[in-house]
Amino acid sequence: MASPSTRGAAIDLKSVSKHYGSFIALDEVSLRIEPGEFMTLLGPSGSGKTTTLNIVAGFTEVSSGSLDVGGKSVIGVPAHKRNTGVVFQHYALFPHMTVSRNVAYPLTLRGIANPDREARVRKALDMVKMTDFGHRFPSELSGGQQQRVALARAIVFDPPLLLMDEPLGALDKKLREWLQLEIKRIHRELGTTFVYVTHDQEEALVLSDRIAVFNQGRIEQIGSGRQLYDEPETLFVGKFVGDSTILRGAPSTSGDETAIDIAGRKVTTAKRLPGGVKPAMLLRPEKLSLARRGMGGQDRNTLPGRIGEAIYLGSGSKYEVVLADTSKAIVRSTLDAETFAIGDEVDLIFAGSDVKLLADDEKADLNLT
Amino acid sequence: MKQPGRILLGLFCLLVAVWLIAPTIVVVPMSFNDKKSLAFPPSGFSWQWYRNFFTNPEWSASLVSSLKVAVVTAVFATVIGTLAAFGLDRMKSRVSGVLRALLITPMVVPGVVLAVGIYAVYLDTQLVGTMTGFVMAHTMLAVPFVIIAVSASLEVFDKRLETAAASLGATQLTAFRTVTLPLIAPGILSGLLFAFVTSFDEIIVALFITSPYLKTLPVQIFSSITRDADPTVAAVGTLLFIATSLVIGAGLLIGSRQGKR
Repeated sequence: MASPSTRGAAIDLKSVSKHYGSFIALDEVSLRIEPGEFMTLLGPSGSGKTTTLNIVAGFTEVSSGSLDVGGKSVIGVPAHKRNTGVVFQHYALFPHMTVSRNVAYPLTLRGIANPDREARVRKALDMVKMTDFGHRFPSELSGGQQQRVALARAIVFDPPLLLMDEPLGALDKKLREWLQLEIKRIHRELGTTFVYVTHDQEEALVLSDRIAVFNQGRIEQIGSGRQLYDEPETLFVGKFVGDSTILRGAPSTSGDETAIDIAGRKVTTAKRLPGGVKPAMLLRPEKLSLARRGMGGQDRNTLPGRIGEAIYLGSGSKYEVVLADTSKAIVRSTLDAETFAIGDEVDLIFAGSDVKLLADDEKADLNLT
Repeated sequence: MKQPGRILLGLFCLLVAVWLIAPTIVVVPMSFNDKKSLAFPPSGFSWQWYRNFFTNPEWSASLVSSLKVAVVTAVFATVIGTLAAFGLDRMKSRVSGVLRALLITPMVVPGVVLAVGIYAVYLDTQLVGTMTGFVMAHTMLAVPFVIIAVSASLEVFDKRLETAAASLGATQLTAFRTVTLPLIAPGILSGLLFAFVTSFDEIIVALFITSPYLKTLPVQIFSSITRDADPTVAAVGTLLFIATSLVIGAGLLIGSRQGKR
């Protein structure tokens, strides 16, 4: 087995498009994934993330563009010649074969004979902690166990690239969280390039080195989880990754400053968008604070509101504040902060420097389901 | 309250069961008749009609012909029908709907119509009374049954397993052989049985294309019973009844064992 650093393959998509008749599933997508990287394709359903994965796997042909894996073009190369592991949401284990035979399947196809084959099957099952289940049939396993077997089958032939299409989508939350850590461990131990598709932003944050956020067949932004959270480049990314509050209203600018009028109250930030672009303000929950009405600081932005929902989280509280223009703000406070009850009249307070000023995009709201 | 209703229901079920199997059961005592008559109930006991069936060359020859035709037909019909069902399954649904209807027609067209057509063509091509002629005609009649049986199991087959096999390195043919085929095998097997039975008890077309040199068992039964009241017919019937019961029983047994897994 080669050392971890040399095992993963680089993937290079350049201007890849996919059309189905007049429907554009992927629109000029370019994405470079480094060898050994854990890249997550994140987005709502129909955003193009699964299409991208299927193109890399060889299940779908591109309409235009280029795709290199490990420095070689794989356009036109059928799936069975790509030597790429794939894990599916629906497990796709062969029901007429035992766990061992399922895992041995790709080795048999590669002409690997028995002492070696058996050893590698055992090693792969060890890796996913399913050693004692070799003689069972898939129907005798739980969902989480089946998916671990599917993972063993996808890595047993040492592919330089492993693709996972919402592998934990059918499992319950506790199991999902535990398997996320398992997948992270296996990625670290193998050094293989992982490409992971999910619509769950928390899962993406837990797992990934980098995340590519898909929307309507395009990539909105590529970056680490922290970059996406702290510096979203579009309103869609800001809304999709993490909780956020969006403030919209009649804008006005003076010098380098932008103000937005929300039901007669102005909030300002010392930032500006290029001319002609309608701005919206995005704020993360921990950048917002609450005070009883009239007790807010004068030097900062304040907006009147009423507590619509109060959720105790253990480590703190989460509030939904209904503002004067009926829009909602999400605030997270720490344990030692003052607590509020539903219906309390409050001031929402934030610093202009914590505002992300982004181009307003009405479509960002529609695509979140 | 519930009891009388349940008893009534039970009696009704019994009635239906008797009505369904009585004609078959009646044949059994008739086959042991000691006189050459098909009278029911029989007047005495004897094995002579069974002896006659196995020793009279007319009867044994027709049994052998029927088995030959049915086995070859079953094999051809299963191969053709399975491939057809697979093709239909992978087609655009609008095209496959029309094609499927077309392929099923031998099942819905009246047998006599088919028989007349086949007879006319066979007369010109010297296929009357030949093994080839029988197999061709019966295969045509049996293919729809295979298509229906195999299509049903393809319907529940998860095609995504083939995609998974491809990702693991299997060519389309290997994926079909190692994944698809084993999983639709029960459908293929039941198609094979249907095809065999379709040929084995086919009488209409057989009556048209038969010759003194090649007679199938149904033709022999039919001509024997129209000539005279020969209880050998009842003996044949009883043997067939036992044979089919065994086959179906075995099938159910295999089915239930698979279900358990």
